[in-house]
Amino acid sequence: MLPELSREEILRYSRHLLIPEVGLDGQRKLKASSALIIGTGGLGSPVALYLAAAGVGHIGLVDYDVVDESNLQRQIVHGTGMVGRLKVDSARTRLLDLNPAIQVDAFNEPFTSANAMRIAEPFDVIIDGTDNFPTRYLINDLCVLTGKPNVYGAIYRFEGQASVFYAREGPCYRCLFPEPPPPGLVPSCADAGVLGILPGTIGTIQATEAIKFLLGIGSSLAGRLLLYNALDMSFEYVKLKKNPNCKVCGPHPEIAGLVDYFEFCGVPSLDHAEGSLGSGWELTARQLAKKLKRGDKIRLIDVREPHELAISCLEGAQNIPLGELAAHLEELDSAQEIVLFCKSGTRSARALEILMSAGFRKVKNLRGGINAWAREVDRSLPVY
Amino acid sequence: MPTLKIPTPLRSYINGQTEVPVSGTTVEQAMQSLMTEFPALRTHLTNSAGQLRPFVNLFLGEDNIKDLKGLDTPLGPDDILRLVPSVAGG
Repeated sequence: MLPELSREEILRYSRHLLIPEVGLDGQRKLKASSALIIGTGGLGSPVALYLAAAGVGHIGLVDYDVVDESNLQRQIVHGTGMVGRLKVDSARTRLLDLNPAIQVDAFNEPFTSANAMRIAEPFDVIIDGTDNFPTRYLINDLCVLTGKPNVYGAIYRFEGQASVFYAREGPCYRCLFPEPPPPGLVPSCADAGVLGILPGTIGTIQATEAIKFLLGIGSSLAGRLLLYNALDMSFEYVKLKKNPNCKVCGPHPEIAGLVDYFEFCGVPSLDHAEGSLGSGWELTARQLAKKLKRGDKIRLIDVREPHELAISCLEGAQNIPLGELAAHLEELDSAQEIVLFCKSGTRSARALEILMSAGFRKVKNLRGGINAWAREVDRSLPVY
Repeated sequence: MPTLKIPTPLRSYINGQTEVPVSGTTVEQAMQSLMTEFPALRTHLTNSAGQLRPFVNLFLGEDNIKDLKGLDTPLGPDDILRLVPSVAGG
């Protein structure tokens, strides 16, 4: 039995009620439906705003981060006044201001194998708005194992992908990507940057797919992957098929429960700081400052992209962008002490691996990158 | 010659180009010619045994070559191959 709409709701949703494909019954369906949004960042912001505005009766928000000023260029559910507040609280406040009649549950915790089943259980559809591979594989496996649709979106600079992975009807994320790339091979938005509007475009498509699924209308993106390019303004599609050897949704699955996705993706777990290798191959900004002050001969290699040097730079550092490092190995002296750095330590960790595999041993990664230097040593430099 | 479209994350290894002409009459030959011309791409696309990494998806038109004849999929001179990368950003 679907819930009735109040007089206020009939007015609020009148533009939906006028569409035959939605109508009164469709709006009542939305009121009775629920959606869990994993991540309240670039993608999660427009998804959450549009689902709340559309009248999805129960919305769950999962995030464990706080709002930072660098989020506001794209994470439009948050405002300047919310900087420093929990993202889930900030988003919940905004959604309830937009639509006080809905229920919004905030989960201020990392989404992990330990809590994913419990958190996701009451929700009809799961929306992947995360920014990392371990959580993407976790969401996929959770959705396959529980029979829920996974509304997928992912972004990089000017390009985005979207699909609906619904194993009951088509392929899952693992059918397309059986394994993640090695850690560090695919830079994150924090390292590579992203056009602020891009998650708006992709997130809005995810919200559209979620609404269509909840209403049971239209043709979904299941079995298709949308490839969007903002610079070309192109929307292209490729076909996705079920992989008969898929380890989670194939006829002979090997995965019967949620696993350790950080181990699967070969990345440090959440209790490690960003850019931390957790090994002896790194040094802190203060340690580097001490070495430079006492006159140690250190070759500083900045592996960021050239345009980032205009934001901040270290005196005496040589810029060799990560993508060009392999071609410049002959210029480096393996007998000399080398310190690699980037913005926050992730790309330079990859650079460290390149040098290590080439036989360099007197090389270290600056933990936390030039941003750590700006926070701990030279406060005249901006953090970005 | 067939054309290979390259996604943004890999463009820094091919001098910033968005697409490159590749030579060969199969996907395998096209990929080998690409990696010979741009050796820095090899570690990103292949494992130590020289095989394409599992997260590398190649599409000929709308079809994944895994659903065609894999690396043996024939290529015509006007064909467009596309690399579809794993992207995590959100």
